[in-house]
Amino acid sequence: MAIDFVIKLALAGIVLFAVLNLAGLQTWVERKQSAIMQDRIGANRATFALPWRWAAPINWLLRKIGGLGLLHPLADVMKLLTKEDFTPSTGNRFLHTLAPWLSVFFALIVFAAIPFGDHVELFGRSVELQVAQLNAGLLYVLALASIGIYGVILAGMASGTNLSVLGGLRAASQMLAYEIALGVSLVGVVIWYGTLDLQAIVRQQGHYLWGWCPEWGIVVQPLACLIFMTAALAETKRVPFDLPEGEPEIIGYFVEYSGMKFGLFFLTDFIETILVAALTTVLFFGGWQVPYLGPEGFAFPWGGMIALSRLTVVLLGVAAFTLKVCFFLWLFMAIRWTLPRFRYDQLMNLGWKALFPLSLANIGATSLLRVLVR
Amino acid sequence: MPSLSEQLLHRIREAHKRRKLSWWERLYLPAIAQGLWVTSRHFWRNLFLHVVHRVGLFRDVPASVTIQYPEQQRQMSPRLRTRHRLMQRDDGTPRCVGCMLCETVCPAKCIYITPGEHPDPNIEKYAKSFDIDLGKCVYCGYCVEVCPEDAIRMDTQRHDIAAFSRDGMWLDVIELLHPGTRQHTDPPKKFVQLDLDDFRALQHTPPSQSG
Repeated sequence: MAIDFVIKLALAGIVLFAVLNLAGLQTWVERKQSAIMQDRIGANRATFALPWRWAAPINWLLRKIGGLGLLHPLADVMKLLTKEDFTPSTGNRFLHTLAPWLSVFFALIVFAAIPFGDHVELFGRSVELQVAQLNAGLLYVLALASIGIYGVILAGMASGTNLSVLGGLRAASQMLAYEIALGVSLVGVVIWYGTLDLQAIVRQQGHYLWGWCPEWGIVVQPLACLIFMTAALAETKRVPFDLPEGEPEIIGYFVEYSGMKFGLFFLTDFIETILVAALTTVLFFGGWQVPYLGPEGFAFPWGGMIALSRLTVVLLGVAAFTLKVCFFLWLFMAIRWTLPRFRYDQLMNLGWKALFPLSLANIGATSLLRVLVR
Repeated sequence: MPSLSEQLLHRIREAHKRRKLSWWERLYLPAIAQGLWVTSRHFWRNLFLHVVHRVGLFRDVPASVTIQYPEQQRQMSPRLRTRHRLMQRDDGTPRCVGCMLCETVCPAKCIYITPGEHPDPNIEKYAKSFDIDLGKCVYCGYCVEVCPEDAIRMDTQRHDIAAFSRDGMWLDVIELLHPGTRQHTDPPKKFVQLDLDDFRALQHTPPSQSG
């Protein structure tokens, strides 16, 4: 019993460590990728040096890292932690403090259901590389992702200023509109794979259509994939859909936030981006599946065979999952720095008049196809 | 036949009419793909260049348009009006004859001259002290144009002028004769008065000690 507990704790620690570090790195990627895309150089100044003589090699390393801009996240955090923690006099101090924690908590806890690898044998047990093996994992993900809205609305309301309330309401209506398309688009996936368990969905994607084409979600559910990615990007509240925040002019729900409370909202955005990347990978791009990699090694449809040990196969799976997530992070960042923001009516039209009916049509088409194929 | 103004108005209204988007355009996705194509092309090209620059290849193809300011400086036009300097005679004394024309013409009244008697009867006077308050200066260049002796020029190519106080914007005669003498940490000196022998000695002192 104790060993089970330790294994779970270790898994949770690994996932939390990876997600939080990736979120920190995202601030760096955001600065550097946008800069390189726009023919600029980007952050390259923040650095520090240790005062002792023996620290010369460390200082050399710090200079190199600082030249790449990798110490900027550290400087950010130091700045945010030392800023004044301000609550407006019209606001509710308790709720104002609670809101960012709610946001970050519900964004982080969703990762419990994400499978990031095949099962491994540890201490005579078969351990799935997934923090919580929920047989209704998809529902859990959708439910907790929607609770995340509470943090946003609460932030707007508890600030007690008109602009932040309006920002919170914009966030609420936007997330409501896209939450529905998000959920309905996933029904097609559930129909096709016949399960709500994320690990089982990934396992199903290891099968092959016509013997050679991986049965990934993008192959069997291309429309659902498109709708899911659009709606999920809208859920992250980043640029093409950043009406709740609207930093430059329309002012969002976190106007009245400063210091690390603001930092937590920022962190939530990045964590949600990672979450969306991970979910897209799990549901539509085969999760930890590598094409033609079976439990005994690569088995190609044209007859080749490369035998690999069990550990190598699992590690390859984890690496594939990480790579896929990183690719989607890159793609989402590229989208964020390419597209301008939607107007509010365009946003609502897209959500209610385009994505929602399309996802409904997708359910019909998938059901029909499933019946015909069976 | 409508009049010309009516025709023009019609054409302007036509041009401002909102065109109905075709089905392909309303799909948005092709346009998004196009946009992503443009930005990703820039991204991968610049990333490749940044990486190969590290190992010393393709150094002549820039990966960004940035000028890394304090280390790299933009090449300025020689005609650009930058910080002032005073011209010297061969012996290191200022060429200024203390005629007060620049102090008079200055619209910002930022020039302060104390003239002194010059031993040479062919030279009118000389400037014992010559101060410019850059905090007031408007960089109009009138002082340069009005000077009959070509004693003041604005061609030091220095434009990164900053100070922690208003007094720090003050330039005395030593700094004007030898630009770059004073460090920005030095306390400012106002109305420094030198005689001709001091000026001659100044010419032979290394800049680091004369300030």
